[in-house]
Amino acid sequence: MTPPSSIASVIPKGGNLRIRRVWNSVMLVLLVLGSIVVVSPLIAVLGAVLVNGLATINWAFLTQEFRPVTEGGGGVWHAIVGTLLMNLLALLIGGLLGFAGGVLLSEYPDHPINPYLRTISDLLNGLPALLKGLVIYAIIVLPTGMFSGYAGALALAIILTPIVLRATEGVLQLVPWSVREAGLALGLPRWRVIISLVIPAATAGVVTGLMLGFARAAGEAAPLYFTAGGSQFLNFNLGQQTESLALTIFKYANEPSVLRQEQAWGAALILTIMVLIASLLARWATRKYN
Amino acid sequence: MNEQKPYSVSLPTGQSETKLTLAEGLRPRMETRGLSVYYGKKMGVRNVSMPIYANTVTALIGPSGCGKTTFLRALNRMHDLTPIARIEGEALLDGQNIYAPGVDAVEIRRKIGMVFQKPNPFPTLTIYDNVAAGLKLMGVRRRDVLDEAVERSLTQAVLWDEVKDRLRAPGMSLSGGQQQRLCIARALTVQPEVLLMDEPTSALDPISTQSIEDLLTELKKHVTIAIVTHNMQQAGRVSDFTGYFLLGDLIEFGPTNQLFTNPKDAHTEAYITGRFG
Repeated sequence: MTPPSSIASVIPKGGNLRIRRVWNSVMLVLLVLGSIVVVSPLIAVLGAVLVNGLATINWAFLTQEFRPVTEGGGGVWHAIVGTLLMNLLALLIGGLLGFAGGVLLSEYPDHPINPYLRTISDLLNGLPALLKGLVIYAIIVLPTGMFSGYAGALALAIILTPIVLRATEGVLQLVPWSVREAGLALGLPRWRVIISLVIPAATAGVVTGLMLGFARAAGEAAPLYFTAGGSQFLNFNLGQQTESLALTIFKYANEPSVLRQEQAWGAALILTIMVLIASLLARWATRKYN
Repeated sequence: MNEQKPYSVSLPTGQSETKLTLAEGLRPRMETRGLSVYYGKKMGVRNVSMPIYANTVTALIGPSGCGKTTFLRALNRMHDLTPIARIEGEALLDGQNIYAPGVDAVEIRRKIGMVFQKPNPFPTLTIYDNVAAGLKLMGVRRRDVLDEAVERSLTQAVLWDEVKDRLRAPGMSLSGGQQQRLCIARALTVQPEVLLMDEPTSALDPISTQSIEDLLTELKKHVTIAIVTHNMQQAGRVSDFTGYFLLGDLIEFGPTNQLFTNPKDAHTEAYITGRFG
């Protein structure tokens, strides 16, 4: 076969523009369909929580403690307080650990401890939350002989740590290498460059990571069973048994009483809103970094 | 290739007076002796010996991948951060080897600043804080000292008039050329003795490039400058001395005039006349 005299002579007349337009439309439709498939379960879940939850939530539900069904069922104030206290403590412990680990992995990539840290973190991330609760049960609850909010917070902290660690590592890696070089070339020590230049450039991402961890921990019920133990009373002291909204949802949803099942929906909505508020607050607090 | 010849600066007799006055005051601020840089087994720079004279501009030229940037980064120990990089030989600053045991790289970099190829302002900081960053993070708190230093550096970098009314704007809000001058100002604030510049104008338009070139002539009164450039006209315009690198070797070093008009090496001649590279 003789080669064509010029490329132009072998290009079909009018190009393949029509076929490309058709493909463009087909792909666009597929893309939109795909998005709908992905997003619709999410909307369905949130919608169900919203509709069912709104029917239950009122002032009394938010401000009362537990009461028997025969006395109107009470509210979830004790669970809201317990959730906040345990999760904030967990965020403090797990957030610091995860953050420190993430900085180590990202900024000192050759540190000898890193392969172990990475493996342990991945393992922790993969382990069921229930097991993490059992670990705390074995090392804290059994020796002390009592369930407590502290034990619950520790279990949640273990859940939080690997999430924050990986998120921190990820966002620090996104900070251009040139930022570090610029700092070092000014004659600044490495730790100073990391603290004052690299981390501030990644603040928004670090906070997002913390919020991811917080949201994940706030939704966990299983590890609290053996650690915080749950409670029916309002209590600001984490040294005692403590209730959490996730626990409440799990317990109430399994009760035969219709009232309790409705209250589980209400608790679910409150938990969702709490996580939403937390992430909005975080966004607001880091708005100048975006 | 060939073994490294010891550098020699032999100014031809009968040069113009300005050249001679330059030669008289020559004193190496930095000097490398048999400096080699390896990346793992790969050689980046081989056995380079050359001076960088005080208060002059020394240009490092050569085709891509010839080792000029690698060499430049060896002069303030930036390779310390690359685990696989290995340095042999010596790099002297005022006669002291910066790679000697016990020498703190942080101290070295405080004296030998660097400006990079791409403008790299600190993304979260304002114009003012970018320039003040070096001093602030070293613990300088006094407002008047910082204000004075920021104005001085920005003026030196010919940026003051353009930004004096918006020092609180983000450094990133400046144009590319302004950002690069901001980075130069930032490097100047800590008053380095030597300023290493790695193709500082390669990402800039001709006007910004010219303003930075003008700046170099002004700056060398205070600091010693080594500049990597791909642009031979630039080397010819701004530098007093030029080193030509090829495949990791320093092929030729000499006064820029001499190297450009009367190169001793055939490779250098081929490169500067545009037949190669």
